[in-house]
Amino acid sequence: MIVASQKPISEIKRVLAGHDKVLFVGCGTCVTVCLAGGEREVGIMSYAMRMARRLDGRPIEIEQVTIERQCENEFIQELAAAAQRNEAILSFGCGAGVQAIAERFPEKPVYAALDTQFLGILEEQAVWTEKCLGCGSCVLSDFGGICPITRCAKRLLNGPCGGSTEESCEVDPDRPCAWQLIYRRLKAIGQLENLERIFPPRDWRTSWHAGARTVIREEHRI
Amino acid sequence: MIEIESDPSTPAEAATDSECRILAFCCNFCAYAAADLAGARRMQYPSNVRIVHVPCTGEVEVEHLLAALERGIDGVLVAGCLEGGCHFLEGNLRARRRIEEARLMLDEIGLGRERLRMVNLSASEAPTFVARVQEMVETVRSLGPNPLRASVIRKQDPK
Repeated sequence: MIVASQKPISEIKRVLAGHDKVLFVGCGTCVTVCLAGGEREVGIMSYAMRMARRLDGRPIEIEQVTIERQCENEFIQELAAAAQRNEAILSFGCGAGVQAIAERFPEKPVYAALDTQFLGILEEQAVWTEKCLGCGSCVLSDFGGICPITRCAKRLLNGPCGGSTEESCEVDPDRPCAWQLIYRRLKAIGQLENLERIFPPRDWRTSWHAGARTVIREEHRI
Repeated sequence: MIEIESDPSTPAEAATDSECRILAFCCNFCAYAAADLAGARRMQYPSNVRIVHVPCTGEVEVEHLLAALERGIDGVLVAGCLEGGCHFLEGNLRARRRIEEARLMLDEIGLGRERLRMVNLSASEAPTFVARVQEMVETVRSLGPNPLRASVIRKQDPK
């Protein structure tokens, strides 16, 4: 899922400074699960913003709506009437959600309430870790299900490097060396021979370096 | 459009001790029983406090605390069991972390963290309950009234 974290109250206050009537839109999918932009977080931020603005002598009126997914037009449609009633929209979605809403309401200012972080998983209660860069050409099958592109700081395909110490990455001692994990995993599943292969330099054209990508499935288009 | 109007029932200068308002979220298994015991023993404590009976402080949402302060309550006390003594094992420990976070948020909002406080006590500690309430009243007295109380938001009739 997409993991995000909330922006500081001061930053949200700054971007909303010119508006007196704002629609706060939560998203019921990834950012609800990572406790950043669901119905509860929208509620808490609304209280905070109303109080902060009243203390500044310029009260703000806030309408709250949380939709199932901000990244799909079908759900964004539910916002049409509420968007009409308000001067601006503060989206608690990931970067995709904010942009989807901005595209649907070209005449409304749309602001981001979250800092979108990464594609990751819930490691334990309230701890999320990055697992996938979305590089467009998955190598997980060759490395026992552990991604060297995401989890090795040097993105090595023929690791480990000489800097790892005692199973730790040299970049951050608290981060495990991805190549140590790969070795252990391949050993456990009897595929250590994968490490004898030399992987050629990657074709990064599938990644985002050349700009935003598009996926089209012609057979499903209507 | 919205406008601020003075609420004649709660003027800005209404900061006298008898008028400061404190809300105490009291856990059923300790603080609520302690408050009850204080009453049964005829112990005197400030009448400014209003008690909200909760099953555990772990059940108190940050939204409840902020809602009280937005409505003009001068101070919020969350009273839970002694650490390690929660009936639900760690409800009070979770509440403490959440309240610390909410206190930081109150600083950012500009209201100040001192208006929100968590205390721990056991069911037999009626004198402790009284002392904690008195301390909160002292704190609120030194801070002055909640600035949000001086005004209320009124919606204009849509025309």
